[in-house]
Amino acid sequence: MREFAAIYLQQFRTTFASFVQYRASMLIWMIWHILEPLVYLVVWSAVASSGAGSVQGFAAQDFSAYFIVLMVVNHVTYTWVFYEYEYRIRHGGLSGALLRPIHPVHADVIDNVSSKLITLPMMLLAAGILAAFFHPVLHTTAVSLAFFLPALVLAFSLRFIVEWTLALAAFWTTRVSAVNQAYYVAALFLSGQMAPLALFPPAVREAAAVLPFRWMLSFPVELVLGRLSTAEAWEGLAAQAAWLGAALLLMRAVWRAGVRRYAAVGA
Amino acid sequence: MVAQEHPFWHTVTMPPAAHIAPDGSAVSAIDLKKTYTVTEREGGAMAALRSLLRREKTDVEAVAGISFHLSPGEIVGFLGPNGAGKTTTLKMLSGLLYPTGGHVSVLGHTPSRREKAFLRQITLVMGQRNQLVWDIPAADSFALNRAIYRVPEQDYRRTLDELVALLELEPLLRKPVRNLSLGERMKCEIAASLLHQPRVVFLDEPTIGLDVTMQRRIRSFLAEYNRRSGATVLLTSHYMADVEALCRRVIVIHHGRLLFDGELAGLVRKFTAHKTIVVQLEGGTADLSAYGEVVSASDGRVTLRVPTPATAGVTGRLLADHPVTDLTVEDPPIEEVIEQVFAQGAT
Repeated sequence: MREFAAIYLQQFRTTFASFVQYRASMLIWMIWHILEPLVYLVVWSAVASSGAGSVQGFAAQDFSAYFIVLMVVNHVTYTWVFYEYEYRIRHGGLSGALLRPIHPVHADVIDNVSSKLITLPMMLLAAGILAAFFHPVLHTTAVSLAFFLPALVLAFSLRFIVEWTLALAAFWTTRVSAVNQAYYVAALFLSGQMAPLALFPPAVREAAAVLPFRWMLSFPVELVLGRLSTAEAWEGLAAQAAWLGAALLLMRAVWRAGVRRYAAVGA
Repeated sequence: MVAQEHPFWHTVTMPPAAHIAPDGSAVSAIDLKKTYTVTEREGGAMAALRSLLRREKTDVEAVAGISFHLSPGEIVGFLGPNGAGKTTTLKMLSGLLYPTGGHVSVLGHTPSRREKAFLRQITLVMGQRNQLVWDIPAADSFALNRAIYRVPEQDYRRTLDELVALLELEPLLRKPVRNLSLGERMKCEIAASLLHQPRVVFLDEPTIGLDVTMQRRIRSFLAEYNRRSGATVLLTSHYMADVEALCRRVIVIHHGRLLFDGELAGLVRKFTAHKTIVVQLEGGTADLSAYGEVVSASDGRVTLRVPTPATAGVTGRLLADHPVTDLTVEDPPIEEVIEQVFAQGAT
């Protein structure tokens, strides 16, 4: 365990050092992560203000709160493993990783976490500025806030493992971007990225609750907004944990099959 | 002697017996096979359309049943023309590829299982495959490898100091890897690959694209590493100078089949039926075509190609019949021998 911590620490230093070299691309990602929810925020606030003052119980300020919190949560939980894997397998970079006595997922986790640590302060600053303009209203309680941190960690873990597993499609097809697109569209609707899940018809809401998407993004946001009861919060954590367990098992199986294929057809 | 300057090598212990295959070899391949299935089609639009419906699949035998054993501490050259199956074999030995048939054992492990205990004891250095992180100084990549391979701090320091001294890495360590030249990067790659002091080292073209000085440096470094660490080394190279300098034994494959396994000198004997005799004559060039095939003649210096069994006789007659001031008998250059081996293997 201590040796593992040493690997993580060293990998963190390495990743941190190389990320500093990519300030520009990091900035572009961040702008995208601010702009996308900002567009939804403006659109939905306009819809709410033009009608009866609210849409399904969401007033303009509720939308502001939802999308500003979503922006931060999305930034913390997003991954770029699809692009990484497509490149790695096409260009044979995976061989080097396979020769090392450590599972390659670790390096990717640390990559992700260290880049987030660098960018999070800027993201929080952006959230603060947006809050000054859009006057969000939060109904956060001490209890819901206490649930938020574990929910955020689980959301990140779940999203990471799911996307990492899907990225392994690169072992079988050179068109991982197609898989990525299909996944992105599903997530756009079912994770609450485009609109709060509460606004969708019951059928979609139920689908979102059964599928992993809500637990990767919407759930921590709902907690901060104070829209969930304590019982619902516990259920949510349980759902996240269950999905994470399932995703880890799936990842293991897919990884093994993928490596077997990679080793069979030529690296 | 470099040995005194670099005492750490002596601390490297040989693999315990348990890590060696029952037959005592560090690496063994028995009837090793690898077949790839590839889809093929003719050029042109019609063929492209046809291939949508039905793909022509062909099996390509990259390695067609080769067997060899490497003893612990041996340094062996692995030769063959492009596409002979060398890299495929190295990948099977290091666990990157599953064999289609046969049996492989490296330090008592089955490579394709990729057990951590196995991976910690081997290394595969491939031309441009990077151990190094592109955007940061090599020193940081080294530190990462130390953590991943769990090298104790003290061992790491000592090994790193040695590698830095032998490969002259000092001025390179702090520069981002992308700013290094090809040769500088290769030296750093090799250092990164050896920091965990692997017992088995696979090298695929370690000197490719490097200038002669750099080649020589890497060559002498590898010889030192092998001699002092007792590591088993299997190396492919297109530069015969590498092979001549490092390997007493060579394994030659062609079209996935073993052509030769034995001493380099034996390869020369087996595949060359000729020797080269160079004579320096007093009083200018004479016609020596009666003694053998004249390769060149100028300024009294004549080069003859003579069938090996006839060498002694021809030499005797030359000395008796002509005013010879100097005479040497040589094997043909190793490149020529290898060319001949491949040519024979192809038929």
